[in-house]
Parts: sequence; C-alpha cells; structure tokens
Amino acid sequence: MSISLIDKQIMWNRLLALVEEQAQVLQRTAFSTIVRESGDLAAGVFDAQGRMLAQAVTGTPGHINSMALAVGHVIAKHPTHTMKPGDVFIHNDPWIGTGHTNDFSVTTPCFRGTEFVGILACNCHLMDIGGSRNMTGSLDVFMEGLFLPILRIVEAGVVNETLMSVIRANTRLPVETEGDTYALISCNEIGCERLTQMMDEFGLDDLDELSDHIIDTSKAAMLEKIRELPRGTWSASLTLDGQDGEPVELRAALTVSDDGINVDYTGSSKMVRHNFNVPLCYTLAYTTYGLGCILARDIPNNAGSLEPRTVTAEEGSILHATKPAAVVQRHLIGLMLPDLIFGCLRQAIPDRVPAEGAGVLWNISGFGPRHSPAVMGDDFLVNIVTTGGMGALPSQDGLSATGFPSGVRGGPVEIFESMSTLVFWRKQYREESGGPGTTRGGLGQHIELGNSLPEAFNCTTSYERVLHPARGFFEGHAGAPGYVGLASGKVLPGKARHFVPKNDRIVILSPGGGGLGNPRKRDAALVRQDVENQLVSAATARDVYGVDLEDRAAAAE
Amino acid sequence: MTLQNPIKLSADVGGTFTDIVLERDGVRWTTKVLTTPAAPEQGVLTGIHAALQQAGIALSAVDTFVHGTTLATNAIIERRGAKTALIATDGFRDTLEIGTESRYDQYELALARPKPLVPRPLRFTVRERIDARGDILLPLDEADVRNVVTALRAADVQSVAVAFIHGYANDVHERRCQAILHDIAPDLHVSLSSAVCPEIREYERTSTTVTNAYIQPLIESYLLRMERRLQADGFRGVLCLMTSGGGLTSVDVARRFPVRLVESGPAGGAVFAAQIAARLGERKVLAFDMGGTTAKISLIEDYRSETVRLFEVDRAARFLRGSGLPVRIPVIEMVEIGAGGGSLARLDGLKRVTVGPESASSVPGPACYGLGGTRPAVTDADLVMGLIDPNDFAGGSITLHPDQARTALSAEVGDALGFSADMAAYAVYEMVCENMASAARVHTVERGVTASQHTMIAFGGAAPLHVARVAEKIGVQRVIVPPNAGVGSAIGFLAAPISYELVRTTYMRLGSFDHAIATGLLEDMANEVRGWVEPAAHGAELLEHRVAYMRYIGQGHEIAVELPLRPLGPADDAVLREQYERDYVTLFKRVIPNAAVEIMAWSVRITTATELPDVASAPASSRAPEASGTTAVFDGRSGQTIQVPRYRREQLVPGARFPGPAIVAEDETATFITAAFDAWIDGIGAIVMERKELAA
Repeated sequence: MSISLIDKQIMWNRLLALVEEQAQVLQRTAFSTIVRESGDLAAGVFDAQGRMLAQAVTGTPGHINSMALAVGHVIAKHPTHTMKPGDVFIHNDPWIGTGHTNDFSVTTPCFRGTEFVGILACNCHLMDIGGSRNMTGSLDVFMEGLFLPILRIVEAGVVNETLMSVIRANTRLPVETEGDTYALISCNEIGCERLTQMMDEFGLDDLDELSDHIIDTSKAAMLEKIRELPRGTWSASLTLDGQDGEPVELRAALTVSDDGINVDYTGSSKMVRHNFNVPLCYTLAYTTYGLGCILARDIPNNAGSLEPRTVTAEEGSILHATKPAAVVQRHLIGLMLPDLIFGCLRQAIPDRVPAEGAGVLWNISGFGPRHSPAVMGDDFLVNIVTTGGMGALPSQDGLSATGFPSGVRGGPVEIFESMSTLVFWRKQYREESGGPGTTRGGLGQHIELGNSLPEAFNCTTSYERVLHPARGFFEGHAGAPGYVGLASGKVLPGKARHFVPKNDRIVILSPGGGGLGNPRKRDAALVRQDVENQLVSAATARDVYGVDLEDRAAAAE
Repeated sequence: MTLQNPIKLSADVGGTFTDIVLERDGVRWTTKVLTTPAAPEQGVLTGIHAALQQAGIALSAVDTFVHGTTLATNAIIERRGAKTALIATDGFRDTLEIGTESRYDQYELALARPKPLVPRPLRFTVRERIDARGDILLPLDEADVRNVVTALRAADVQSVAVAFIHGYANDVHERRCQAILHDIAPDLHVSLSSAVCPEIREYERTSTTVTNAYIQPLIESYLLRMERRLQADGFRGVLCLMTSGGGLTSVDVARRFPVRLVESGPAGGAVFAAQIAARLGERKVLAFDMGGTTAKISLIEDYRSETVRLFEVDRAARFLRGSGLPVRIPVIEMVEIGAGGGSLARLDGLKRVTVGPESASSVPGPACYGLGGTRPAVTDADLVMGLIDPNDFAGGSITLHPDQARTALSAEVGDALGFSADMAAYAVYEMVCENMASAARVHTVERGVTASQHTMIAFGGAAPLHVARVAEKIGVQRVIVPPNAGVGSAIGFLAAPISYELVRTTYMRLGSFDHAIATGLLEDMANEVRGWVEPAAHGAELLEHRVAYMRYIGQGHEIAVELPLRPLGPADDAVLREQYERDYVTLFKRVIPNAAVEIMAWSVRITTATELPDVASAPASSRAPEASGTTAVFDGRSGQTIQVPRYRREQLVPGARFPGPAIVAEDETATFITAAFDAWIDGIGAIVMERKELAA
C-alpha cells in the first residue's frame, strides 16, 4: 500500500508529538529534580530496524545521536526476533548510553498485537546511583556507582524483581531510583500505545514506507545544507584549564565532502587521571549538536539527518575514553566541543559562526553546618546553576549570563538561601567582561557568597575558562577570564573544593564571551548605549572602541 | 442582600472588536463594535448604548457592569506603559534581565529576548539585606533611598517598583522605602513586591512587580475616565473588572494590582465553557477556543478550571515557553498555539506543510479577502475545501474570493508538492487540525488526564469549522458547539464570581510545624483578602479556600493541599502529611516513605458563590430537519468531491437530529460535522456531535 504524501507528513508530525508526549510523561513522573526542573532526559521512537524516527527536544543536548546509537547496541545484544511482547531492557553503561552511570536508559520493543513494529527508548538522570560522594574525586568508573549492562528489567510483562532489588541496594535513594525506573518504563509504554494508535488510524501494517520517507527526506535536506558549504578541511584547537595545572588540549579537523561532515579529533590529549574523560557517544552528541546549531536548526534529529555527521577520535584519547576511565564529569569537556567545532567552521563560513563563550555551566555547590556552633551531621548541601556569557554572533552581541551549549535553567538565589545559611551579597552583571568587538561578547556575572552564621563553609566549583578565556576573532578581543578567590584576597583554582573561612566570602566572576570583529568598527550608538548601561566604561569606550563620549558631550554644549 | 433579577452588562475589549452583552431575566442582547485603541472607553460606551437601545433599558437601571480588557496586555506588548524605575537590593541590579539564564530554543544562537520594562540606567540599588527567614542582615540605608529619589526626579520617572531580596519574608524595608518615597515624591506610583507578589523566587517576583508598576498609571487613568463617563451617562450600579484568574474584582483592587487584569479575555472564555458544561452536565471538558490568530485549549473538570500561578506576557518567540516576561498571578491554565483562521501556511525547508504561528492579521488578511494578501491562511483552506460559503461570510459583510485563495494555496503549498489547489487546501486543513490535536494531547498529559475521555466545547470564530476533525484525531467521542460562541468571553464575564486570591511564601517544615504561626498567617491573609472582596461582593455570601503548597524536601514541584477552615492545632502536623500523601499518590502513584515534607507557600482565596445553571433537560427527538441545500466539499483522503447537506443554524429546532457529514451555517461562522459524527440540537440550542459508533 502506498501512503499519500500528506498522510506521511501528518504522521511525521504525529511522531514528533509522540516523543514530546513521552518526554512530558517522564518529566511529570520522575523523582529526580534535574529531570523535572531542567529536563535532563531523552525520548525517541525507532522503526523495526532500529532506525530513529524522532527524538524529543529536551533540556540538554547530551543525548542527541547518542540515544540514536544506543538502541543499536541493544539490538546487537538482543536481536529483535528474540524480543517478546512485554519485554523492557535497561542499562547505564556509559560507553553505549549517555557517557556516565548517572543515567538509566530504557528500551522497549513495541508490538501491535503480536507483530513487532518498532522500538521506544528513553533515559533520564538519576539522583543517586551509589559510588563516591565527592564529585571531583573518582579515579575510575568503578568509583562512580552501580554499572548495569543491557538486561531485561521486565520480561514478558513481569518485572525482574532480582534486578530491581539489586538496583535498590546500590543507591542511597532506593525509593526515588526505583520510582524513576518505573517512570522510564511507563514513558515508553505511552509511546508504544500512541504508535499503534496511529498505525490503526492510518491503516499501516508496518512503519517501513513512513520510515523511508522521514529518513530519506531528512538526509537529503541535511546533505543539501552541507553541500551549500565550501568543500575542504579546516583545523582548530582549544586549550582548556584541565585540573591541577595539567591543561587539556583538544584538536579537530573538520572535513566537508559531498557525503557529509566528519570531525576528526586526532591529536587531542590522552585520557586523564581526573573524572572528565569522555566516552565516544558523548563526543558524538556534542559534535552533532554543535554542527546542528550552525547548519541544520530546522531539521529534526533522526537517523537520516544524523547520518551525514560523523566523528573520528583515537581510542584512549580524552574524547574516546575507554573503560575503566573515570567519566562522571564528562560534560566538563563535552560542553566545550561546540566552541572547537565553531573554530573549524569559522574558517569556512565566517559570517555564520559565533566567537567562543563561557561553555561549561558555572554551578556553585555549598556545604556547611546548619547551626553555630556546628552540630556534627546537621549540615546543608545546596547547588545553584549559574552561567557566564555567550560568544558574540556576527549579527548581534552575545547573550549575557546564558548557558550554552547546555540550556539548563539557572536557580533562584532565594531558593538556594532558603535551603542553607549562605548569603549571596552580589549576583549581577560583571561589568566590562564582554569581549570587545564589532559585536560584543556576552557578560559574565559577579557573584559574592558568604555565610550568615559565624562559621566556615565549603564551596565546590568545576570551572573552565579561568586560565584560558573565551577567544575573540577577526580582531575581536577575548572575554574576561573567569576568577575564583576569597574576598580577603587569596586566589583559588577553578576546579576544587574550597574552604571559605569564618567571616570571609568567596568571590566568583564568571567569564565573558569573546568579541567578533574590530571593536573600532562597532556602531558608536551601541558603544554609547553600553556606556549608558554601565556595561562598558567610558575609558574602554575611548581606548578600545575609539568612541570618546566626553568629546561628544563637549561638542553638544 | 442579593439582587433579585439583576440587570447585568459586560464588555470585553479585544484588540479588534469590543463585545457587549446585556442580560435581564435570562434574555441576552449582544453587540460587537470596533475597539477604539486611543480611548477604549469610547468604543465601550458606543456598544453599551447600542445594546441598551436594543433592549429598551436605561443605563441607570443596570445593576452590574463587568469589564474585561486587553489594555494591560497591549500596553506591555507595545511598550506604551509609564516610565518606570526599579529599586532593588545592592548587588542585584540585573535580576530582571538575568532571568533564568537559559535559552528557550535549543538550536537558536541568535535568541531574541523581550526588552526588560526597566532599562539598566533606571535600575537602582540600595544597601539593605534580609535573609530567607526574614531576619535583617543589613539595615536599610535611608540615605541611599533619598539619593535614588533625586535620580528618579532627574529622569522624570512616573512609577517605581520596589523589590528587595526576600521581601516576601519581611516587608519592613520595602515599606520604609515606600514611606520615604511618599514623603519626598508623593506623586510617584509605587508598587511593592511584598504587596504585589509576596512569593519566593526573586526573578518572577521582581518581574511581576515591575509589570504592575509599568501599567499602573495607564490603567488608573483609564478606569478613572471610564467611571466618570459611566456616571455622567447615569450608571448607578457596580463596576467590576475581570481578572486573569477567572474571578471579578473591584475598581480599587484593579487600580492597585493592574497586573491581575492581564489575560482576562481568555479567562472569560473559560468561565463561559464551564457554564455550558454545567448546563449540559458535562463533568470532563476540553474547552477549545480558536480565533483569528491562536487556538487555546484548557481543561474544565466538574465545571471548574484549574488556575496556575505563572504566566508569560510578550513572548519574543510566539508560544515558546520561556521567551516572555513572567508574571506570577493566578491565571486560568491553558495552552495556546499559533493556529487560527488567519494563520499562514507555507512549506518548510523539508517541503513539509507548516501552518502558523505567523498570522495574516486583519490587514491584508487571508488571500480570499481580496485585500492584497498573497499568502494562504487557514481561512483560505476552509473556503477552498467548501466549508465556508463565499457569499455568506460574516453575515455577508465581506465577500470572499475563492479564486485568490486557490492561487495563493497553489503558489505557496501545492505547486512544489504536485498538489492541486484542492489538495493543498486539504493538506493545510489537516495539518492545522493535527497541530491542535497534538497540543491538546500534550496539555492533557501534563495535567495527568486522558484527552479522549473528555467532551470538547468549541467557541471562537474558527473553532466550529475544525473541532470535529480535532476530536477525531484525539479520540474524543462528543463535541458541543454552544450558541453565541462568538461573544463567549463577554458572556463568561457575567457568570464569573467576585474573588481574590493571595499567595504568600512562608517556609515551614512538617515535623517542626508551628501551628500558631501558621494560623496567625492564614488569619492575616484571610483578613486582607476579605478586605479586597467584601466591598465588591455587596453582602453576597463568601466562600473561603485555604491551601498549602507542599513538596518533599528538595523536589522542584509543589502540590496544592487543601487546608481546613479553622485554627490549626498541634495534631494538624500529622493531618497535613496525610493529606499531602493522599494528593501525591493521586498525581504520582506512590509516596516516598520517610521523606521530609516542607511547606513553601500558603494561599487564601475568597470568592462569592459561582452560580451554575441547572442541567437543561434533553429535548424530545424530532424529525430530521430539511437541508437548505448542499455544498461540494473536497475530501483529500479519497481525493473525491462529496456533496454535503447544508443547514442554517437558526432554522434548526431543539431535538433536530442529522448525520455527518453536514455543515451548519450561521452569520459568524459555520460548524463542520465530519462523517465520523452524528449531530443533534439540544435544549439550549447547542449543536451536539456524537461519534457514530456510540450514537447508534
């Protein structure tokens, strides 16, 4: 039977709505705070061959493409003809899932009657999966909690209680973790129900013709976008702060050909002893996302649109870390990949690519006693998401205090303070931090945090761009580097657990984004506006931008 | 004292039209006049007098006049508010602009954000600090405040928002600041965050307070003019304003908290749908309001709409959550998407048919208006499919041009896909219905209910044309198109209760729950709310609702737990936990044993009783009515043109019964009953469609 073109389009839209609905179900029923507040989850629908047809657009890009491939791993281990109605598979293997053990991935074969028609998959971040409590301290993946290979959590409709009890026994939060596991299972159930309803409504026996349409159309559109680019290979590198005085060097060579784009990370640093090694699936996610932002923002993610984007990395390098490397903080490196990819693309299509930005989130985690004098064991542990500035765009200034590439929401100061004894004495724009340029980089933030009790407290930070600021391009200047220190003067490293003495404060200046183009070519009206807004000083306007406001004032008199 | 058979009047001032409804003894007169944006009271009075004349009633005989307006919303969107300044805590000058630090569109780097209502040079800070428990860490520096006043004067500021960190927990600094402002500059309008929105989360509270300050001078002068004009024309009754939460409020409250008037039109629509639901005894309803530019979908269960506490105005990217200015006010929960009669269709980069959110608006309008529009809108598709009669649109006031609609559909959609204009029209029709069906599914899932178990009630000009197809797609079995659907909001205003809700953040943890503090807080809140409601209620019986917003410690979402209307005692610690867990199970299936529970906020709502109509009795079955003719309608599924009987709505009597496909035409719109439904006319004149397999 041949399906009409308009019905194919309607069904494609239906599948896109189906995965959004799946994501909603998960977000509503999950226990994990980060899933509910920030949407750290993924959901997708696949055809009977395991080709991804649609994926929900959720809070973080870390699941793009990685989930598309994860289902292939499940099928390789458990071929589809061995799957039965009512089977559900689970795993949290960082190398075939999402890059760290904190995410459970659930895969469900979907049957219409007894006929296997497709697959639903989803994953979400759990609050606790055991392992070390010190986020900066793991030395290998075995210190990062329970590790589940691909297993049947439900077999022919019956929950595997043995496996469930293993899960419960390996987390500090058994009720929440089990709850999240059920949320994942029902998320796929809803998706399967909607999929078979759609097939009933349109009288489909299988998804083959629809899949081909979605995949072929998307791949052709992606290739068309790629073929608008000049052919060639462009290289770029990025030096990151790393940890303990050991910087990380990332290298990329991006090749545009008729059949796609390949990003080759050969030459990047080897794996490190810290826990920000990156499994290849996560490298692929942020590579795909970085390319997507520039090239294909209107093309939905599916097997067709993803296929022309490929990655090469040397096994054993920090971007293709192998077991048992510690990977729990793989986002510290992964989130910097878009800037590296932009470094290559900027040479090919300079008018479409932003300057470098702050990259990783500038989250603050505080730990201290609830009372003074301190009572052993009665402590608070609080976290707040904060950000730096984005790089300048060719068409407009970079956004200030905005997360990119992660789009996670920042936290309210008042909520943070209500859960602790800490006090933010300042959290506002960090003036002069945006990299000057024809278009200016976004501003970072000036944050000061103290304790309302006469007690010391601890503050954990995992930052980049302290030693290596976001660079500007085409004569645009770098954004201000980040800074961590005590109000009393001592400079602190970007990645560490800091001790803030009694009556002192910690000062955190998040980095600004880089500028694009010569600042002297910036529209003088915009410079004056920046000075009026006190984002740029009169001296910088004069010395860097070449706009002398006093002259003008004098002339006006 | 309650009024016997009061004469009621309502006005809904929209962007294009002002709708007036007059009601006496269950009889209604309606008029529609053009809105007069420069002085909206002008249009309102013109409309009122027209309606009064029709009815032969004098304005002096009218008991209540209920007024809803988009004035507040439009002033924000068009940035026509007062020159406004913000006074914030030292160190927090940019809270208003930093916002949530997130991006509402994952793939767009060049994101547009709405311009803050107060630019940085007018955002001042003063030294002071209060902590989360309401204790003063740093006293207010009054010299700082006085210096700010000097700067305000110099900048010619008219209105000021004062929003200090943790101002909800202790308002002493905000009040002192207000007193100083009042002493030195008595003409300034002042909005305090502790009064406008005493809730935790500094960004949303500051934004709400600033929005209130921004529109306050404008709304105040409008209300003053309106009152004067009404009095001059002899009005002696009570003037009430419709709020976003679905309740009415007095002019006094509206003047102080004009931010609560934002989004009052859709709230009226929800009240209208709830009334219809009660009339027909429908307990699970999906209200579907499709107008010129948007479609709105909301849930009504047991004749009540849910309210939420956060709304966004002026979204930079239409309909994308997170792209607007947040205001924390009680607002009827609904989802709104860019799908209306004027929504434009095009092909995207993948040659997929796409509809909206861009809209043809009234000028040039859809291509078929013949006013120069060349891009096809949903109305063009409706026309080409045969659903709208080109010679009988809007009561014959506009002649439509099917040829121009066909040309536009072919050029923008059909040609590139090898579709005829008929097929292109069908594609646009199907796609816009699909989009609305998806929105309905996702919205119901967010609320934890199943769309297919609901009855749809359709109103707004474009809804009757599309509702049957949307219902098919989401599996809804029953659809109702009430009479007077075109002025539904204004009718809803007449039935809305007087009400006011106050939410206050005061943190408390179960286990160490202080019943004396909680009781004192609730009593204070109830007294304040009663002070707002009583003057407008004129002796009507008042109902009170008390709610605690509770969550497991560390969770992101609170749930509303109903509190008893009595002083709380030591035993209530356990009672609250029990009640919380019962509600939690309903929503999330299972509790978290031993997890600590915290109360984040408290709410008191006082309202007059909502008068729900009695269920109308079903009319006796009557013969199949005579069709007034047939219309050729293109069916894209079969690729065939089918002959569909056409009826005039005013000729259909209660009890009339006929099968789909059918079209029922009336002056303002037409109802399309697809082949999947049968239809009958019920006792109040509503068209009721039922799925065929059930109707038998």
